[in-house]
Amino acid sequence: MTYKYNNVYVGGYSTVVGPYEKDGPLGKHFDKSYTNLYCSEETWEQAEVRLLTDSIDILLKKTHKDRKNIDLLISGDLLNQVTSSSYAALKFDMPFFGIYSACASSAEGIILGASMIDGDKIKNCIAATSSHNMSSEKQFRNPTEYGAPKPKTATFTSTGGASIYLTKDKSNIKVESSTIGKVVDMGQNDPLNMGAVMAAAAGDTIYEHLKALKREPNYYDLIITGDLGVYGKEILIDYMHTEYGLDISNNYDDAGTMLYDLNKQEEVMAGGSGPVCSALVIYSKILPRMEKGELDRVLFVPTGALFSPTFVYQHENINSIAHAISLEAVR
Amino acid sequence: MEKKEYKKIVDRHKPTENRVQNAVISFLVGGLVGVIGQGLIDFYSSWLEISTRDASTFMTVTLVFIASLFTALGFFDKWVTFARCGLIIPITGFAHSMTSAGIEYRKEGPIYGLGMNIFKLAGSVILYGIVSAWIFGTVRYLLLGGL
Repeated sequence: MTYKYNNVYVGGYSTVVGPYEKDGPLGKHFDKSYTNLYCSEETWEQAEVRLLTDSIDILLKKTHKDRKNIDLLISGDLLNQVTSSSYAALKFDMPFFGIYSACASSAEGIILGASMIDGDKIKNCIAATSSHNMSSEKQFRNPTEYGAPKPKTATFTSTGGASIYLTKDKSNIKVESSTIGKVVDMGQNDPLNMGAVMAAAAGDTIYEHLKALKREPNYYDLIITGDLGVYGKEILIDYMHTEYGLDISNNYDDAGTMLYDLNKQEEVMAGGSGPVCSALVIYSKILPRMEKGELDRVLFVPTGALFSPTFVYQHENINSIAHAISLEAVR
Repeated sequence: MEKKEYKKIVDRHKPTENRVQNAVISFLVGGLVGVIGQGLIDFYSSWLEISTRDASTFMTVTLVFIASLFTALGFFDKWVTFARCGLIIPITGFAHSMTSAGIEYRKEGPIYGLGMNIFKLAGSVILYGIVSAWIFGTVRYLLLGGL
């Protein structure tokens, strides 16, 4: 499902991160950072709520908006029952949608918000997302102090909160079009190789998007996926070539490989992941570059592994999804 | 694309793990833990003048204590990630799994947190340890008549 928007613009964005992200190559571009993973809170879960709350607070300040002026808050995260989002929403007293597309949640939020703005149902909205390395490890894997060995294909859930303000008011960046992805099962069931799980979903969505709008990959200055990591990125390039005969190797990158210094920060293995990973990279690096005039057209394709430990223990495969959003600089 | 075809693409881009290096590290570290354990047994039996059997229990308690303490201090997980089975298979791995779960869930309180989760990882070891002990005990009884 692909459609174009007429009057949806990016009015602002904000990023808040933990220590690992601050130490990465994008460190100086984030609005706020914490040196401790607890972020002045008592538990990992509360720390994640804090990161998300901070990012919405900063966004309101940057856009000079009062919470009463915001028509809708849409937020998604990884914790069961999307709780980081709802606890953060409680503090802002705004109409709220809690959503889930795993690490593609940021895109789901932007698509829902943009569609409602385009349909004249609301004037503006905030689409937010968060993840926390420790709260995710605790929920999906092992206790955080347990040193389970991981293969090279494993990715590292990033810690942070990121928000974007979408509005009818004209700005430098336009949300041009979007493609809603489908749930994909390619027979992958290794939770420590999520890049392989998600690459096919990213490939299918990119292909559907290009086909619907009759575009070539080089229409975009940059095609950027969410969190495929080093090996998932290679798989996607190969998959696009093998399945669709498209070469994306010249203008394609993956946010998971950009958030950390993969040579120095060895603990991140194949790269960053988590819903906030792609949002952090886009909001701290890509959107500012678009505003500066360095990039004109960007296809943002966050990828989500719809992973449930219970289903995997019951020998089901891991499903995945990817949504695509085309962003264009307005000159 | 067929799942089989996709698997071929995935396999083409799968990095090779350093199995030989991992095995050598695990072997050396695991062996070192064994040497330390034997050293502790000798130390306790000569220092406290107790039987080797009693000294073995003291050694186990000491290793469990050290692994738990180092886990609580926050650096044992990095050692385990490095040495892998060299620290997971000895009693240190068992202690590490329980302590890490205990630390993780203490915020949810003594019953719903600590109590319900401390055996999250160690539960399997205990269950199948007991089951296999029962099986081997039975085999031994049948073959050797209880010797």
